[in-house]
Amino acid sequence: MNDTADIPVTKNPPVARLDQVSHSYGKVLALNQVTLDLPAGQMIGLIGPDGVGKSTLMALIAGAKKLQTGQVQTLGGDMTSARHRANAGRRIAFMPQGLGRNLYHDLSLKENLDFFGKLFGLDGAERATRIQRLTRATGLSTFMNRPAGKLSGGMKQKLGLCASLIHDPDFLLLDEPTTGVDPLSRRQFWDLIDTIRADRPGMSVLVSTAYMEEAARFGHLVAMEGGRVLAEGSPAELMERTGKPTVEAAYVALLSGDSADTPPPEKPAAKAEMDPGPPAIRAEGLTKKFGDFTAVDAVSFEITRGEIFGFLGSNGCGKTTTMKMLTGLTPATEGEAWIFGKPVDAQNLDARQRVGFMSQSFSLYGELTVRENLLLHARLYHLGRTLTGERMAELVPRFGLETYLDQGAASLPLGVRQRLSLAVAVIHAPDILILDEPTSGVDPQARDMFWDMLLELARRDGVTIFISTHFMDEGMRCDRISLMHAGKVLVSDAPKALIEARGVETLEDAFIAYMIDASPPEEPVQEGLLTGTDAPEAKTSAPSFSLQRLLAFTSREAMQVRRDPVRLVFSFVGSALLLLIMSFGISQEVRNIPFAAFDLDRSPESRAYLSGFEDSAWFQQALPISDADELERRMENGELALAMQIPPGFGKSVRRGETPEIAGLIDGSDTNRAGTVESYVKGAHAHVLSVGAQSALALADLATPRAPNSAPPVQLIPRFHYNPAMESLPAIGPSIPPLLLLLFPAILMAVSVAREKEIGTITNFYVTPTSRAEFLIGKQLVYIGITLLNFVILTALVVTVLGVPLKGDPVALVLGALLYAVAATGYGLVVSMLTKTQVTAVFAAAILSVMPTLQFSGMMTPVSSLEGAAQIMGTFWPTTWYMGISVGTFTKGLGLSELAGHLLRLAAFGPVLTLLAVLALRKQER
Amino acid sequence: MRQLTNIFWLAGKELKSVLGDPVMVILILWSFVVAVILEASGAGDTVYNAAIAILDEDNSALTRQLTDALGPPWFQPPVRIAPDQMATEMDAGRIMFVLSFPPGFEADVIAGLAPAAQLDVDATAVSQAQLGTDYIVNIMISETRAFLSGSPDAPEPAIQLELRRAFNPNGNPVWFKAMSSLLNQLSLLTIALTGAAMLREREQGTIEHLMVMPLTPFEIALSKVVANVVVVLAAFTLSLTFVVQELLQVPVTGSVPLLLVGTAVYLAAAAAIGMFLGTMARSMAQFALLVIMVIIPIIMLSGGMGAIESQPDIVQRLTTVLPSRHFLAFAKAVVFRGAGASAVWLELSLMAGLGLAFFVASLLLFRRSMSLSG
Repeated sequence: MNDTADIPVTKNPPVARLDQVSHSYGKVLALNQVTLDLPAGQMIGLIGPDGVGKSTLMALIAGAKKLQTGQVQTLGGDMTSARHRANAGRRIAFMPQGLGRNLYHDLSLKENLDFFGKLFGLDGAERATRIQRLTRATGLSTFMNRPAGKLSGGMKQKLGLCASLIHDPDFLLLDEPTTGVDPLSRRQFWDLIDTIRADRPGMSVLVSTAYMEEAARFGHLVAMEGGRVLAEGSPAELMERTGKPTVEAAYVALLSGDSADTPPPEKPAAKAEMDPGPPAIRAEGLTKKFGDFTAVDAVSFEITRGEIFGFLGSNGCGKTTTMKMLTGLTPATEGEAWIFGKPVDAQNLDARQRVGFMSQSFSLYGELTVRENLLLHARLYHLGRTLTGERMAELVPRFGLETYLDQGAASLPLGVRQRLSLAVAVIHAPDILILDEPTSGVDPQARDMFWDMLLELARRDGVTIFISTHFMDEGMRCDRISLMHAGKVLVSDAPKALIEARGVETLEDAFIAYMIDASPPEEPVQEGLLTGTDAPEAKTSAPSFSLQRLLAFTSREAMQVRRDPVRLVFSFVGSALLLLIMSFGISQEVRNIPFAAFDLDRSPESRAYLSGFEDSAWFQQALPISDADELERRMENGELALAMQIPPGFGKSVRRGETPEIAGLIDGSDTNRAGTVESYVKGAHAHVLSVGAQSALALADLATPRAPNSAPPVQLIPRFHYNPAMESLPAIGPSIPPLLLLLFPAILMAVSVAREKEIGTITNFYVTPTSRAEFLIGKQLVYIGITLLNFVILTALVVTVLGVPLKGDPVALVLGALLYAVAATGYGLVVSMLTKTQVTAVFAAAILSVMPTLQFSGMMTPVSSLEGAAQIMGTFWPTTWYMGISVGTFTKGLGLSELAGHLLRLAAFGPVLTLLAVLALRKQER
Repeated sequence: MRQLTNIFWLAGKELKSVLGDPVMVILILWSFVVAVILEASGAGDTVYNAAIAILDEDNSALTRQLTDALGPPWFQPPVRIAPDQMATEMDAGRIMFVLSFPPGFEADVIAGLAPAAQLDVDATAVSQAQLGTDYIVNIMISETRAFLSGSPDAPEPAIQLELRRAFNPNGNPVWFKAMSSLLNQLSLLTIALTGAAMLREREQGTIEHLMVMPLTPFEIALSKVVANVVVVLAAFTLSLTFVVQELLQVPVTGSVPLLLVGTAVYLAAAAAIGMFLGTMARSMAQFALLVIMVIIPIIMLSGGMGAIESQPDIVQRLTTVLPSRHFLAFAKAVVFRGAGASAVWLELSLMAGLGLAFFVASLLLFRRSMSLSG
């Protein structure tokens, strides 16, 4: 009954134990034979730059990633066992890397926490008390209704922490929780963690960080490099072992294996003397507003030539937006900026030749090699063949790219990629270099190298460098810096001067002091509130299926859809529009066939014959044809669909009682139309003959029966069922909704799942006890609802605007629509299993479903007329069967009993497709 | 000159990224090989392979002869059913026509009473119903005459009608289907590829990088159009040569170079539409919905699934803005009717004009779209 309670929870056994764990992504080895015991009840720090395998290691311990080789035991059980994972999942909390990555940005703070509470089976009252307690303790209680996406980075991380703590975990894993967060919030965050640990000493915490200065506060450190554990022990032990004063220095020493002191190039050499002239960059009151949100608020600064100027601040404080305004990428709402004394002008191409830009997200063209990337940019800057050669020869060795020249940029290590980005940014020898967070995620050694290059560029080549960063130590290396917070520049000066002005030790302290001046601190953390005193009763073995969790996904998805109404409007208005255009546009009746007479006889008889065609609604007469060349020409250019040629002497031979022959030439290029035209011509011909018999015109002669028994020997009485008037609308109208009700829901569904994979919220499914069916069906229910709503709209349009009455049983139609909605969304789920990104989801959903839906589901050609592969595709495509139900109820007036076969077949699609998707979904990331 | 080289190098980059993605290559192959074959050989003429049943209460030599006369390619071999089966079979859509002979049918024919047979038709597909009925009437009359006289030379009508089909004398439906299917693939792929290339560059932020270089939006946009046109045109040429001409045996009467020129013009127009949608959409999901909203009318209203002149006036006016409509007219003229440049200049210039309009519209939206993604 209670599996996990049997495991002795003492202090001694490690909280997690790794044995020979290796993990690779394609050819890249992320973890290499890691063997490690993590002590329980401790605060363990995992240190090392990006790309050393920290995140992979944490995801494996949390069970979010599928283990490739080796063994991982967490909380005393094997993490390859799905059963243990489900049980351990209730005691683990995992906060993935990235600001608010596992949060739902369009949901409010309270809705987010409520959702996480439901995932862990907390009932309504308990959720309410815990949410209140946690938000009060973290000072978030005043922002309960603010969408998570509109919180500052620090608040997002606090919310993420609350979400992790909602189920009172025994083991808390935080992957780089403070990266990109402003220094004040960072300090508050660590205080919060300390408080939690004081409340619950039994809880184990594993934290990874790229800020080495934070590592000193952890009890136990694991230093990683290149997928291996470099060293472990307490911070004091590591510093002692390497003989270094700081953890960062210790790490660098461990990395390079030498213990010689490399003095950090902290203070750059004196600036080179530059020509006087206007400042390189000047900004005056730059302001950028997005709606009612002010991203950049009246920012002014001046950067002199040859200076290294830094923007220091957290993610989302307006650094990037300011840089974009300087490059003309986005227009300023207010204020102005000058580059070398000239106003920034987005249209001025010459100015761009003087600027090099390395954007935060720019990761080069991964599909091109290093050489190709460099050459492409050289060509786009029109450096010319010789200059390109020179620059390549100079830059490649200078940035250490020789060995990577023919490697794809996507497969480069991060540090090399940054060097390549910088090389690309300076290939045209710009006067100004604008670098937006160029070093985030780069290891300390590579960062030192990078800064050496920047220094060289500034000092030797006199390049003005404008750089943004959230690393304090990088701020120290700039000539001057601006401290930015919440869209405002707090202060600008040389870093040393800022520290002195505040009388503090470090730049970080100075920054915090300025921040506190700018805005009063948030309410302090209240101890004893973060964790409940109540026994964690929710940790018994998890039920394998929980309706509450399933519905938690449903209500969350529904909220998200409501917050982004554009998609819904697109699909409702779009499908309504398409229904109308298609219904009126696709006419199955061929009318107005362009026809011309080629009358070589010009007798009363020939004119009488042709008048039968001229009067018909089927044919539209064009100018008569006068010679054979004209006939050929007018047929060839498509002007005519039909030409009737009457031979010379036609009238004479009619009068003589002979049987003259009339030739009809049909444009056969469109075979569908040609078939119809052919039968119309035959009909018109017969009509002329029989009408002629009753009229007193010259044609009377034509129709004189040759033989007494020329009347047809049999008669055929056609009865047109379902649509006796042979109108197009009743036939077409009900067959359009089946197309739309498949394509739109399938794409919406596929994109919805692919989106979770792409932005990372799918982690919540990986690390919580949610089952695959709960996740998929929970989301699917929302899209089934949307499909049914769309069905109601389309049906109303068919009945009212198109005026096609619903003759049959509405119950059969509604039941069919429900089954069809399940099938369409199920298909969307299957497509989303094939793809990882939204792009491929879109492509696969569109390309794979348009053809069978439009061509093989019986809309234009009855499925009974299809052949071979086309018929098989039609049979195994849900649209075929719903088409039968829609046309059956609307036009044929059928009921449940007649449509039972269709309904039964249609019913099979949804569950089968959904089941396929559930089976294909992995409970762990690869 | 400077612009030309910029476009050239940027287009080269686009080409590498399309062809470097195996999923894209597979999707292109699927579209131009498998999908074309399936569509061309799958569905036939308006009345083709129609399901017909016989309810024979006479069971005479004549009714058996009439039954045997109904067959491929228009009809499937008739099945015999009992009277009580008729309604269910038709309701289920399994049978389109039911021909019923009353008892004593043959005797009445011989007696010259011109008896009536009944034809029950599923009229939910209007044109099939109409045409099929006509075919059945013609077959019955000529077969009965043949039955009566022992030979087909029954008394002749006063005037003989000799019908000939120009450009496709045997009325082989595969020819036209292959062309309209190619059009569908061209449109879907080009629009989706170009638009997605635009969106992807925006979502990954590389577009900002291009925008700070001495490049104009015109060069960036045109390079994407050029690259995707080149890829799809190459796929089209291969598909035309090996799938359409070789495998499906569709003859191309007109000039192949002219066809390729027109196709290139159309592809540029389609790529401009894709670019337009790509700059309009804020996210991939929105782009997908837009593509569906555009591609359905393109496939269904361009003349491939129903003649243009049958559309109501207002819809005809709407479909004039679809370059695909003019491309199908152009392709039909060149491939089947052997038309020369002088006969298709109007379609060519319409396609070019529409393409230009969409391209200019997307350039106007370009800057706006940049700030949306930021």
